[in-house]
This record gives sequence, C-alpha cells and structure tokens, in this order.
Amino acid sequence: MHEHDHATRRQFLGFASGVAMLGAVTLRPAEATPAMLATAIRNVVGGAVVRTGRVKLDVPPLVENGNTVPMTVSVASPMTADDHVKSIHVFNEKNPQPNIGNFYLGPRSGRAQISTRIRLADTQKIVAIAQLSDGSFWSAGVDVVVTLAACTEEVL
Amino acid sequence: MASALINVPKRAKAGEIIEIKTLMSHIMETGYRRTATGEVIPRDIITSFACRYNGVEIFRADLFPAIAANPFITFFTVATESGKLDFEWIGDEGFSETASASITVE
Repeated sequence: MHEHDHATRRQFLGFASGVAMLGAVTLRPAEATPAMLATAIRNVVGGAVVRTGRVKLDVPPLVENGNTVPMTVSVASPMTADDHVKSIHVFNEKNPQPNIGNFYLGPRSGRAQISTRIRLADTQKIVAIAQLSDGSFWSAGVDVVVTLAACTEEVL
Repeated sequence: MASALINVPKRAKAGEIIEIKTLMSHIMETGYRRTATGEVIPRDIITSFACRYNGVEIFRADLFPAIAANPFITFFTVATESGKLDFEWIGDEGFSETASASITVE
C-alpha cells in the first residue's frame, strides 16, 4: 500500500513538472531557443563540420543599450580567387529570431571584414560562421552581457 | 523621405583595398513590438542590401529584425578601375532605395 502511494506521487510530480515546462515554453514565444539556433545554423552549413577559429567576432562584452550594438566580423583569409571567404553568417541565441544577418563576399572584397550595428534582446551568446571557397566552415562565439535589452515587448 | 549616407574614397590606387561605409535611414520595425492596446506593430525592415561596382555585384547582405534601426554596414573592396558604385536597399512594404558614388582609380 505504501509502495503504491509513493509511485502515484512520483507520477504526479513528473506530470506536474511536465506541465510547468510546457507552460514556460508557451508563455515565452518571443525568444529563439538553442534548438532554433541549431536549426538556423544547420540551414546554412548543412551537414558540414564547423570548426572553431579563423573568424574574429568583435562585440563589446558589456553592452548598456541592446538597441544598437556595434559588431565587426573579420576572417583570416588571403581573399584570392582560389582561397576566399564566400559568406559570413551571424546568429544569436535569445532574440525572437536566431538570424542576425548574412553577408556575401568574394575575391573582389580584398579583406574579409564587415561591420554593422545589431539589436540584442538579452544577455546571450552570438555566433559568427564563415563559409570559405573550399567549402569549409569556421566559427567564433562571444558571450555578451546586456544591461538594457532591445525591447520586444515595449508599449508605445 | 529615406536618405542614404555613403562613404567611398574619391581616389584610390589600382589594387588598393578600400573601405566602404553605408547608412540608410530606416525604422527597422521588428514586428515583435506592441502598441498600448496590445496590437502587434507590423514588421517593416530592410531585407536586402547590395553593392555593384561598374555593374558587377561585389557585396550583398540579407538583413533581419536584429539589425539596428538605420542600418549601418561597412565592407571592403579592391579598387580595380575608375567608375561607379551603385548601392541598393530593398525592404518590406515596397521599400526600395538606391544611391551611387564615383571613384577615380589611378
């Protein structure tokens, strides 16, 4: 009898935590999840291996205003016809969408470096992935602390 | 209404790597914000930017709502010949703007 009660309570707790997790997911639709980030990256690289290195991602480690964050991505590459960067893709973990931007370069770029200003909705990780002309992918990741988030729920 | 700011060196040596800076004024409304009455403000962003050097595309970018308002983009190119650089921004709600700059290569 005692055994039976215990099992029931365990089942109940399991069920309750399942419901709680479901609630957490459905209540926060405006946030990319690590799974969405992984999917977005897979859409770009396919099944290819992404190696760490060659890419340099410059973002301030501590950001006061998430509405406009300067970002520079550079890739170590000679940028010749035989060996150049074809594209640079930037992703984030916790904005409503996992994509930030895709930038397409070529041997005429001369230098594989781009800068822009981005929005960050939360303290999170940013990932830059570069595709080289030989088909290889290289990446760099940076953790950024945001004190004032870009407001997705802002009331006007 | 919309206006572009572009910075291209007027003169460059042949083969020199030059930096190009561009800024287009645009609200870049994300589509995730709401009004006081709770209605979603529809997305209105620039989705695509391209640069052509004497008609040949040398740079292109896909933009997402995570790009800050008044998109500022800088990139590099090799100064190959004198001529014209054309810039084009395309976005939601039929947004389409162009700008151009000329360069003399010695």
